[in-house]
Amino acid sequence: MTTDSKGRYSSGSHSSWLNRAYKHHLFWPLALWLALLLFNLFYSPSFFKIVVREGHLYGSLIDILNFGAPLMIVAVGMTTVIATRGIDLSVGSVVAIAGALACQMISKGSDQSAVSLVLYAVVMALVLSLVLGLWNGLLVSITGIQPIIATLILMVAGRGIAQLITDGQIITVSSTPYQYIGAGSLAGLPFSIFLVALVFAISALLTRRTALGLYIESVGCNPEASRLAGIRAKTVMIIVYMFCGLCAGVAGLILSGNVASADGNNAGLWIELDAILAVVIGGTSLTGGRFYLTGTIVGALMIQTLTTTIYSVGVRPEVTLVVKAVVVLAVCLIQSESFRKAIISRWRTRRYPAEREVTRHA
Amino acid sequence: MAQQSVAEPILKLTGIHKRFPGVRALSGVDFRLFPGEVHALMGENGAGKSTLIKVLTGVYSIDDGTVEMEGKRLVVHSPQEAQAAGISTVYQEVNLCPNLSVAENIYIGREPRRLGRIQWKEMNRRAEKLLEERLHLRVDVTLPLSEYPVAIQQLVAIARAIDIQARVLILDEPTSSLDRGEVARLFEVVRKLRGEGMAILFVTHFIDQVYEVSDRITILRGGELIGEYKASELPRLELVSRMIGKELTMLEELPKTAGQMRASDNQAAIVEASGLGRKGAIEPFNLSIGRGEVIGLAGLLGSGRTELARLLYGADRADQGKLHIEGAGKNGVHSPRGAIDAGLAFCPENRKTEGIIEDLTVRENIVVALQATRGWFKTISRKRQNEIADEYIKMLNIHPPNPEQLVKNLSGGNQQKVILGRWLLTQPKLLILDEPTRGIDIGAKAEIQRLVLTLSREEGMSVLYVSSELEEVLRVSDRIAVLRDRVKVEEIGKSEMDEQRIMKAIAGGEGA
Repeated sequence: MTTDSKGRYSSGSHSSWLNRAYKHHLFWPLALWLALLLFNLFYSPSFFKIVVREGHLYGSLIDILNFGAPLMIVAVGMTTVIATRGIDLSVGSVVAIAGALACQMISKGSDQSAVSLVLYAVVMALVLSLVLGLWNGLLVSITGIQPIIATLILMVAGRGIAQLITDGQIITVSSTPYQYIGAGSLAGLPFSIFLVALVFAISALLTRRTALGLYIESVGCNPEASRLAGIRAKTVMIIVYMFCGLCAGVAGLILSGNVASADGNNAGLWIELDAILAVVIGGTSLTGGRFYLTGTIVGALMIQTLTTTIYSVGVRPEVTLVVKAVVVLAVCLIQSESFRKAIISRWRTRRYPAEREVTRHA
Repeated sequence: MAQQSVAEPILKLTGIHKRFPGVRALSGVDFRLFPGEVHALMGENGAGKSTLIKVLTGVYSIDDGTVEMEGKRLVVHSPQEAQAAGISTVYQEVNLCPNLSVAENIYIGREPRRLGRIQWKEMNRRAEKLLEERLHLRVDVTLPLSEYPVAIQQLVAIARAIDIQARVLILDEPTSSLDRGEVARLFEVVRKLRGEGMAILFVTHFIDQVYEVSDRITILRGGELIGEYKASELPRLELVSRMIGKELTMLEELPKTAGQMRASDNQAAIVEASGLGRKGAIEPFNLSIGRGEVIGLAGLLGSGRTELARLLYGADRADQGKLHIEGAGKNGVHSPRGAIDAGLAFCPENRKTEGIIEDLTVRENIVVALQATRGWFKTISRKRQNEIADEYIKMLNIHPPNPEQLVKNLSGGNQQKVILGRWLLTQPKLLILDEPTRGIDIGAKAEIQRLVLTLSREEGMSVLYVSSELEEVLRVSDRIAVLRDRVKVEEIGKSEMDEQRIMKAIAGGEGA
């Protein structure tokens, strides 16, 4: 680690390649993820085993992609919101609502496996997610309520709405096309991975190929200057909250499709926290501005890898959350620039006690 | 005061080097500061003044060189450590909490306590005493700081700084948002502190003020030390030419002659405001601006200059009157976006909070307004963006000439040029410049003034030029509108334009 950091401070040309790699925003997320994978390589060699059974791939890595799909999708939406200095706490509730509505509509149908019915239910669930996102966006941009409070409203109320839809029951469906969304596989891989790819591609296209990305970053950096430069800051905010709602809706469909049921109470519980964490690990700052979609995906993968690792290593269930918290804390500390600097200067002054004395004196 | 220079300097910097990636901010700079002296640190933007101050206050660490205070080596790692060592700083932007009371602002972090409880009465009493005895300022210290004008806030910042047993006081552009009376008051305080033996480091762009209060002048240019002089022995012209590194004559001449070479006045008005006003901001006013005309707005701070400009641009909503803009819909403009579409552009007074978008690059800052008017899907290609950025960097002489540099890393003058570039790119009919030269060095000031004249003369662009520097307004304007106490009081044409006349209008009471 020290050679890296030295390369950074020398600002010379001899390590420019290393230097650039080190400064790249993906460096830390990727390095930490690889470290985690490396850990698995030594402690549970079966981790990397992938077997083919009935044309499907199985293994821990595939599980990570599959179970991590909802988180990745929610985190992508969250990234755009955080880039505008906002935050969306309601994604977990939207996940529950989308699943609840879809399952409710399918369970009422005479033929639950009819593709048209499933399609209709899916579209309605996504439209509802968009509307919920619009609600958040309006609260934040028009009424000017702080995002954390504005979205807290739906976070709390949303669970109630989901239960209202399902009448307080856990609704189970037996619908092949619907289950396919969360548990199906395409070309040997889980279908949900393709949904992640689709959401990622659409968001990357929208933000990097159109000017939307510039608008978002500009509004996130300085809303007033952006307004004076002619950007309709409020519209941009509404758009990102709607997009975030839509992402949460897709994630809700995957989650409920995977278990063929809708649980208004527990579906997507705490996913907002994992999503925010993924965004931050991915390099996007909570103070808005620059955002990194690829970083977010890596961050989400890291969190899912961590969860899977903890299970596969066999940490006792009572302490899994504690272990997770410790690892997350370590990750955050390593990523914090001021923490790294403090460590480095600590290490350096230890080598030069004389200088330290002068410091004290001052 | 200069006799005291035989004494030992309280602060002595030798061979200071500071590098940033790609920039040598300071190379081998020496600097001395004596007690009981006001020492002006001069230099253009990017000369290294701010870096030197940040080195002194522990914001930056130095790569090489030594800092000695009273003969002992000093290493500080944070502004807190610098303060503890006796070096206090008052920054250009007042660094206090507007929602706390005056007394709280002075004693924040070191409130008088007993048994862990803050002694509010004691704190207020001490604050009152401090302000009155040392700064001759009588205010209600229990009111929130935001209740007071910037000048008072500045004095409060100084009070806070000197109460921390400071022996070195750094004033970084303290006068840039003060009017004349307020500056005089500030200088009174500065002189008093000097008399008490305080060593004062004074950074400013106003040459008059340098000669008014300082005893000694150090000039930096491009991160290098040019020299240390006694103020009484350094003629103004020499100071300026050493700062910018070239002879001043051509700089002086151009803007003066330019005013006379103006194209024929008064074509059809492109902007016409009638009875436009907003409660609490500015009383209803009439104003018409012709094509290619440069209108100056003169008036003291708080006279409504900025408010008038913001109404025209739609940054604030007018609550009465009519605004007609050539080419805009009948309803006029109600938002910046509408104004831009109608061909207006606005460089706001607060470059940092309303102008630049800090964490974005120079390229992005330049294209953002044009891209905003084009909408999402008509994206300006990256290739075109690069071309645009290169073109404007060259045209406006932006330094460093790197389109991918984050704009927050540029000096104030260069940031201003980036914002100018942003607006020129949209090819506006009317360019509103609110204090475009505030906190900018002379070289860049002249460049901006020259640009204004070229634009109006050759491109037929109209300009609304707001500035608190009268001389500047006089130089560039075809017509000057004078504001006083949020009322537009007078309009002065080219023929009657002279400093006396305008000063009278600004001060009011011509009848007397």
